[in-house]
Amino acid sequence: MQHIISVLVENKFGVLARVSGLFSGRGFNIDSLSVGPTLDPTTSMMTIVTAGDDRIIEQITKQLNKLVDVIRVVDLTDKEYVERETALIKIRAQGEDRSEALRIVDIFRARVVDSTPSTYTIEISGDPKKIGAIVNLLKPLGIKEFICTGRIAIPREEAKAVAVREEGIPLPVKDRRSHLV
Amino acid sequence: MKLSGAQILIECLKREGVKVVFGYPGGVNLPIFDVLYDEKEIEFILCRHEQGGGHMAEGYARATGKPGVLLVTSGPGATNTVTAIVDAYMDSTPMVILTGQVPTQMIGNDAFQEADVVGITRPCTKYNMLVKDVNDLAQAIKEAFYIASSGRPGPVLVDLPKDVMLAKTEFKYPETVSVRSYSPILKGNRWQIKQAAEEIAKARRPVIYAGGGVLHSGAWQELLDLAEMTQFPVTLTLMGLGAFPGQHPLFLGMLGMHGTYCANMAMHDADLIVAVGSRFDDRVTGKTASFAPNARIVHIDIDPTSIHKNIKVHVPIVGDVKIVLRELNEVLRTSGTGSAVRCQEWMDQIENWKIEHPLSYDQGDSILKPQYVIEKIYEMTQGNAVITTDVGQHQMWAAQFYKFNHPRTFINSGGLGTMGYGLPAAIGAQMANRDSRVVCISGDGSVIMNIQELVTAVVYNLNIKVAIINNKYLGMVRQWQQLFYKGRYSSSFMGDSTDFVKLAEAFGAVGLRATKFGEVESVLEEAFRVTGPVVMDFQVDPYENCYPMIPAGAGHHEMVFKDPEAIDQKNSIKEEDAEGVLTA
Repeated sequence: MQHIISVLVENKFGVLARVSGLFSGRGFNIDSLSVGPTLDPTTSMMTIVTAGDDRIIEQITKQLNKLVDVIRVVDLTDKEYVERETALIKIRAQGEDRSEALRIVDIFRARVVDSTPSTYTIEISGDPKKIGAIVNLLKPLGIKEFICTGRIAIPREEAKAVAVREEGIPLPVKDRRSHLV
Repeated sequence: MKLSGAQILIECLKREGVKVVFGYPGGVNLPIFDVLYDEKEIEFILCRHEQGGGHMAEGYARATGKPGVLLVTSGPGATNTVTAIVDAYMDSTPMVILTGQVPTQMIGNDAFQEADVVGITRPCTKYNMLVKDVNDLAQAIKEAFYIASSGRPGPVLVDLPKDVMLAKTEFKYPETVSVRSYSPILKGNRWQIKQAAEEIAKARRPVIYAGGGVLHSGAWQELLDLAEMTQFPVTLTLMGLGAFPGQHPLFLGMLGMHGTYCANMAMHDADLIVAVGSRFDDRVTGKTASFAPNARIVHIDIDPTSIHKNIKVHVPIVGDVKIVLRELNEVLRTSGTGSAVRCQEWMDQIENWKIEHPLSYDQGDSILKPQYVIEKIYEMTQGNAVITTDVGQHQMWAAQFYKFNHPRTFINSGGLGTMGYGLPAAIGAQMANRDSRVVCISGDGSVIMNIQELVTAVVYNLNIKVAIINNKYLGMVRQWQQLFYKGRYSSSFMGDSTDFVKLAEAFGAVGLRATKFGEVESVLEEAFRVTGPVVMDFQVDPYENCYPMIPAGAGHHEMVFKDPEAIDQKNSIKEEDAEGVLTA
């Protein structure tokens, strides 16, 4: 099953290598990973999309927590959260296709960010389903290039402080240490 | 007053209480060695190969419980230590590795003796760092020692560019240390501890399975208290030997692949396993699908990742073993452990297993058996020695036939299984206490892998005794080839071209040899009489195998005790079971 995990880390060189090395070294998969600064310049937030059974996901969250530079790990999967990715799609668009393309852009509330007589480049932001849907509609027109960011996610307010749970016992989230497994 | 980076480094080591540093000089760490030249409080031990230096630091750490310190140069100096670092990481041995690095402005330029040491060691250290500014140095060293020795201990590497060692700054020692993203959990969850006590109070077929964590945490007294209060039998892992008295009536011996029959059967039939500072390693569990099918499992460990990693447990308690056991013992003292009578049938059963298949071998009256040598070493040291071993059959025989009655007296490479560990580890253990009796039990294959450290032992006149169990083979490899590869002894024959007595003498040590069992005692007597390093060549039966054994891929109840025919009939060992396994 796919999981989306937020990892707050120290903003130091080598931290990304530590995290990605943990995944490769232990045979875990990374489906997507995005890293960006937080409001505190000394920390960064990683959003990792990964897949595995419960045992693997438990190991992933625990192993991430064990890394010295990791401050907090939250598995958002079973919680209410908002997720987004942004795609840039360059399509062929000539003649009648041009208005068809604009109709699709309109339906999805995407926008055209570059235009030539024979192409449009479309920017769209949304969850992976939405991006998949627009890609399907644009395919018949001819997609020249496609690029997509990794997913980012943020918990909805009421679920914000909930840590990973398993058998009713909170898992190691470093700021909740006293409740540990 | 301003100090140079090198001076600050040494000052920090002294404040950390470091008495001994192992290592090797080279181009970029010369500024540090220049400071060490005048240093009176720190003794520097010059190894002959950086890997040896690494194992010395490990041996020192295992004997004392304090981090071993290793100082090497950049490039090859640092890469030579990688095996020792991985070894320390696997066995949770606290260690601080200080590597020289090329000057900061040259990093990344493929400079002479440059290697990306922080990159190379990232997956095999608990933490590592490159110090780019002399003003960060004291803090880095403080953090290195703190991280290496707290929580689940491990190796921490600090990479020190030459210009940082030469740069000067005002020295300010950080008295306290805190790392916001690192705070090991020490105290166990109270509710979970109560759950554990309830499990203990109703168990009928209990067993305590303890490991190296008991030694790291210094919890042997608490373990003894728990066992004696509950009257539960105790088995130890390879890394745990010494954490519970080897001759205690409740002791079942080591468990696992070459563990005792009664320990493995007790694990298999148990209804409660109390795992203490142990991690359900594959050499312990055998086939996980048939591991302890009817047991409830309480697991006390400081590392949350150890819990549910290989085996699903019922009552996990994350915390420092010593602190958790204290609290558990306290709870049991007030709530009671239940009646010991309910376990009587179980204890009788265990007694039967002990009698049914005790550890045994047949010395006979001609060819020398390796187990006999180990028994004699035990007898003559009265169990009061620090034993280090290498990896293979001799290691398992040492674990089986030497009775470890004191903590931190058995030092060997468990997780990584590093041949060449024993001799340098013995040097480290001897440096930890110059008065202790240190014996390295090794094999003819293993000892050669770091034989150069015999020079170190001679130069510092260390009183270590090296007992080579010489069977002319890579014994464990040969055993597996005999059992699982139809006796096709591919590249496992070591031969007898090496004269270990002459070799010892060439290095400046004393060499002795025994070829018959009648000579063992006199050789050992002579070795212990002489001061300084002695190498003993015990020429033993090349075909003796290490039993009992759980074949890879089998369960605890499927032990084998004898050689081939019996195994073929049983037909329980298939070639594919042997995959991925080289040495024990």
